[in-house]
Amino acid sequence: MATSATVHSHAAPQGFIRRYVFSLDHKVIGLQYYFLALVAVFVGMFLSLLMRVHMIWPTAVLPLVGEIKPETYLQLLTMHGTIMVFFVLTTAPQGGFGNYFLPIQIGAPDMAFPVLNMLSFWTTFVAFVVLCAAFFVTGGAPLHGWTGYAPLSALKNSGPGEQLGADLWITSIAIFCVASLMGALNFITTTLDMRAKGMTMFRMPLTVWAWFITAILGLLAFGVLLSAGILLLLDRNVGTSFYVPLVVVNGQIMGHKGGSPLLWQHLFWFFGHPEVYIAILPGMGVASQLLSTFARKPIFGYKAMVYAIMAIGFLGFMVWGHHMFMSGMSPYSAFSFSIMTMAIGVPSAIKTFNWLGTLLHGRIRFQTPMLYAIGFVSLFVSGGLSGPFLAQPTLDISLHDTAFVVGHFHLIMGVAAIFGMFAGTYYWFPKMFGRMMNETWGRVHFVITLIGTYCIFMPMHYLGMAGQPRRYSQFTELSYLHNLIPLNTFMTYAAVITIAAQFIFVINLFWSMFKGPKASDNPWEATTLEWTTATPPPHDNFGGVTPVVYHGPYEYSVPGAKRDFVMQTDPAGVAAH
Amino acid sequence: MSSLSSPISIEVPKAGRGGGENPPAQGGDGGGRGGDGSLNYGQRLRRARLGLIVGLTSVTMIFVSLTSALIFRQGLPTFDTSTSSYVRDWIPLNLPLALLLVNTGLLLASSLSAEFARRQITRQAALAPVQSIPGVSLGDEKAFPWLTVTLVLGSGFLAGQWMAWRELAARGFYVATNASSSFFYLLTATHAVHLSGGILVLLYAAGTSLLHKPVEKRRIVVDVTAWYWHFMFLLWIYIFVLLWFVR
Repeated sequence: MATSATVHSHAAPQGFIRRYVFSLDHKVIGLQYYFLALVAVFVGMFLSLLMRVHMIWPTAVLPLVGEIKPETYLQLLTMHGTIMVFFVLTTAPQGGFGNYFLPIQIGAPDMAFPVLNMLSFWTTFVAFVVLCAAFFVTGGAPLHGWTGYAPLSALKNSGPGEQLGADLWITSIAIFCVASLMGALNFITTTLDMRAKGMTMFRMPLTVWAWFITAILGLLAFGVLLSAGILLLLDRNVGTSFYVPLVVVNGQIMGHKGGSPLLWQHLFWFFGHPEVYIAILPGMGVASQLLSTFARKPIFGYKAMVYAIMAIGFLGFMVWGHHMFMSGMSPYSAFSFSIMTMAIGVPSAIKTFNWLGTLLHGRIRFQTPMLYAIGFVSLFVSGGLSGPFLAQPTLDISLHDTAFVVGHFHLIMGVAAIFGMFAGTYYWFPKMFGRMMNETWGRVHFVITLIGTYCIFMPMHYLGMAGQPRRYSQFTELSYLHNLIPLNTFMTYAAVITIAAQFIFVINLFWSMFKGPKASDNPWEATTLEWTTATPPPHDNFGGVTPVVYHGPYEYSVPGAKRDFVMQTDPAGVAAH
Repeated sequence: MSSLSSPISIEVPKAGRGGGENPPAQGGDGGGRGGDGSLNYGQRLRRARLGLIVGLTSVTMIFVSLTSALIFRQGLPTFDTSTSSYVRDWIPLNLPLALLLVNTGLLLASSLSAEFARRQITRQAALAPVQSIPGVSLGDEKAFPWLTVTLVLGSGFLAGQWMAWRELAARGFYVATNASSSFFYLLTATHAVHLSGGILVLLYAAGTSLLHKPVEKRRIVVDVTAWYWHFMFLLWIYIFVLLWFVR
């Protein structure tokens, strides 16, 4: 029918470029995000390896970077943090899995605005290229950390790498903000407007809830970072004084006057704290989905889980000051930020206990995705429990600039979120590529990664309490830290082994893509909509059929049902709860 | 091909092809899509408007953060080396008020004309099915070019803002002169960038009218841009008031 041809969002594209490069298909875009993050994670991981090696052999000459000078170390640290936070933790869980599975899980043929979706990915790609370019310009990459604190980041002569490298860094972040805003717009509109018949908000899988709330956080947070970045660019290049007070660098008075470095910190952390939840919420969604599926039980407290996600998202905007206890904040403000921060423990605990409740008396299938979901819960607990320590201003003052904080956020924001991604990869791989990943190597990868990451990051808490500072390029000469060198050496070896184990994953990923055993349409016997369609899903996701939803997403072991699961689209009148 | 098809056929509700079962009463909103995944223009318009609201939220956040930075900075004492004491270094701006008021008038006029353009095309879209009936004439009066008027007035506003910048520079306030002038340039420039985005979309809408795209399609573009334009006007009023009171 001619009419439907003109109003159809887009037809299946022909030709390699339209199909795989500038594709409008949310599934292809999701994979593009995923593989971009995969490249980024290896770059970021390599940088961390260099840092760990440098920590225990400070004079060693390393491949690609040579001898690591203090400023080189800071450059590695900056780029590691920036690449990991923006191009891995923000990109893969939301842009990758969210793009691929949010429309399918709500029964939509595509995202609401496919062109915007494509633009969003390619803008992210440009941001990544611009960031990596900072390695190769005169002076090299910036050294102001992923948090980019002014005035270090706002003055061109504050150090090597703070010339063009820092400009590229800010530009990259600004481009990334625009890309994320476009992505968030699409996610929110799609979730609100494109759900299939019967897919009420409270029938959405918790993954969809997590992506939806994450998109709202991104929508509200990235605009603030964008403004902050523009102010920083102006300070650096136009001579304004938003962040820079009267300052003397190397005996030379700079032209700035009256700005406040704290303004940057406020704006940055107003974005930065929600960013933590942008990284972890999709992982929570995946964990909820998988624990229920592989324990063959409904998720414990579905509505409580939804409200907990909302509460975490809401409170995430109230606590940015807890990153600034060290900045001379009024004790009253510090107190209120501290209370709000500890309040996040409540919805987090609700989620954790609900996860455990889901596992209780479940008929658990310990397949690789499930192992990673359980690993996620483990890391979320052990990384999260050090949060209330740091939420105390008095404790934070002694712990803030130590390895304690590094251990805390790597466990919860880094590794837990990465475990969410691994879980998602092993779980959705059959749907994305039509083949199964190797189960044995998946388990080997899981065991090494779980033990390895604990060996790397758990000791950091002790190092921090013993006073090992973070961001220091070299501390082997500090006599009070001598006793800690063996522990540091152990952590570096653990890092080498864990990083090596990631190649098992990559080989498994690519090998299975082509050689893995063929997957059925629903290999995990899961209930949500992506398992009702073909594998891999056709261009419009459901092959011309609009799914109709009759059930909630987690109807496992329903009494009276034929099988131990009821698909969301199953019209049979098994009583829904 | 679109001209040959009857747009009325889109209005026929299409049930999902999932079978004969009745979906539960409390069903999402999914009446939206037809069985082939296509949409009618009413639903596309609603979706575009929803997207606009979401997008404007992020624009709002940009200006909220700039506002909080402005207020924070204005109240911030600075260390003065000559007197070794904390002083306020905020120099009140000498705003070119008359020019800014003229600009406000221009933007208000363009916002109104954008609204007329929106209503005009809504009417055209509503009448389009009738017009396709042979022998039916609606009186072919030349439609007033409200879009062009909006474009001209909007560009006039941007030119006026540029003149205001020149005027401010002539009075000795450059971007980096003082925090007050920095924020003036920053807020007006950020607003101008957003307005320019609106102008680009209007140009696109005008372009589609030349390309004889279906009127329903143009209607969506014009409708969303008009609402965006109204938001830009309100945003300008907000910025103007803010800059006036937090000089």
